[in-house]
Amino acid sequence: MSLAYLLQQLLNGLSLGGAYALIAIGYTMVYGILRMINFAHGDVFMMAGYFMIYSMAVFPWYVSLPVVIAGTIVLGVVIEKLAYKPLRSAPRMSVMISAIGVAYLLENLANYLFTAMPQSYPQIDILKHVYTLGDITVSRVTLVAPVLTVILTVLMIQLVNHTKMGMAMRACSKDQNTARIMGIKVDSVITKTFIIGCGLAAIGSILYFTDRNTVQPYSGSLPGLKCFVAAVLGGIGSIPGAMVGGFIVGVCQIAITAAGYSVFSDAFTFVLLIIILLVRPTGIFGEKATDKV
Amino acid sequence: MLKISHLHVNYGGIKAVRDVSFDVPDGEICTLIGSNGAGKSTTLRTIIGLEKAASGSITLDGSELIGLQTNQIVTNGITLVPEGRHVFPDMTVLENLKIGSYMRKEDLQEDLNWIYDLFPRLKERSWQAAGTLSGGEQQMLAVGRALMSKPKILMMDEPSLGLAPIIVQGIFDIIKEINKQGVTILLIEQNANMALRIAHSAYVMETGELTLSGTGAELLKNDAIKAAYLGGKK
Repeated sequence: MSLAYLLQQLLNGLSLGGAYALIAIGYTMVYGILRMINFAHGDVFMMAGYFMIYSMAVFPWYVSLPVVIAGTIVLGVVIEKLAYKPLRSAPRMSVMISAIGVAYLLENLANYLFTAMPQSYPQIDILKHVYTLGDITVSRVTLVAPVLTVILTVLMIQLVNHTKMGMAMRACSKDQNTARIMGIKVDSVITKTFIIGCGLAAIGSILYFTDRNTVQPYSGSLPGLKCFVAAVLGGIGSIPGAMVGGFIVGVCQIAITAAGYSVFSDAFTFVLLIIILLVRPTGIFGEKATDKV
Repeated sequence: MLKISHLHVNYGGIKAVRDVSFDVPDGEICTLIGSNGAGKSTTLRTIIGLEKAASGSITLDGSELIGLQTNQIVTNGITLVPEGRHVFPDMTVLENLKIGSYMRKEDLQEDLNWIYDLFPRLKERSWQAAGTLSGGEQQMLAVGRALMSKPKILMMDEPSLGLAPIIVQGIFDIIKEINKQGVTILLIEQNANMALRIAHSAYVMETGELTLSGTGAELLKNDAIKAAYLGGKK
């Protein structure tokens, strides 16, 4: 196994991990505010893939990018309003079950609308440009994905820690009733959280599918679960944690595949989940409680 | 003036507040006393819009508050210091104060100075996470945070709960001071003795209804009150 091969696989892993990280941030932010795992998130990501296919059929790529991001955001906000908001005062488990329902609804809707046949993902020329350096060949998306992910993660951390909106988000995630007494419109903070989460999922889907070439109705379900594992690994509720978790899951998956055990690459993710839950349930950057009784 | 008339509130299937009417005149300290579960907290939470009224009306200077969202009620000049303080433990003291002024857009420095004058301890600890403060300091922070919204009416739910007597005395001194500076206070307390001493007007609440009213001084002398709430002999 040559050094070039290792480097090549590492880049592939970081690229996949970047896409995972962006989706994991969506899981973690929604969890932070609603204390609920949005199991439909992976399928929103899959729908973003289809949006790109249909948008690119009409528009050039530079129009399609904003169209796909906007479309995904609208989808996410509509899901929140119809499936989660009416359950605001219900037990958390009910919202989670509703989310699982939405996940199946989206998969079957995609099956009905777009058929179960894999459809080819459009080629975005500027992302597909291939660089060759000695034995290593990488497409531009492979290089862009991790860099973009780190930039977006830093932006998100700044947003949450240093803006008024971020302050409102942190307040809502700790104590919604007290946040209301501060004059914060909790529902609008939740909507903004879904906007951010779905926007990142749309960007993640572009990075992910550009490297994978096809979309089918179940394209979101397994990556969705892996990103959920990434969020748990990093410490659910923590944005830097989601990023680190995403990179770890992505790199491990590629490493296992490269080592010739590709049959186990999916299983590995879930073994990882079980190990985290047993050994360190709060994850790498888990929330520590400073509450004083 | 805050005017509550014929308020009914159901809470988890129980008629928690039944036909309650009282006024909180501008510039006064008004207190509701009563035992645990009498419906005092529910009354305050209904005024701030966290609970839904079944019927009745709550008006501030003549305009109806029932049906408004909590953020609109806060914008109208009412705020609540919740029972158990509920500061945001992971935020710094300064962030907690800033979030109290969330719906305001003006410059905050003057108000921050006002709060730091009232509670010098908060200034010393402004960069500390609120969760690391002592109970009394957290109560100061909860009051300071509420004042940052520049309220006309400050409602306080059991500010003395779980605090040492000497700290409680300090909190009540501050309540009087805030009132002197022109903020109307609606205070609910199980510590009836302390509350009645500083209150201009007082109401006794039992199982969802108001049973007695008067000035603070009158109720302090009332035999039934002494027996029930002040530890006096029958």
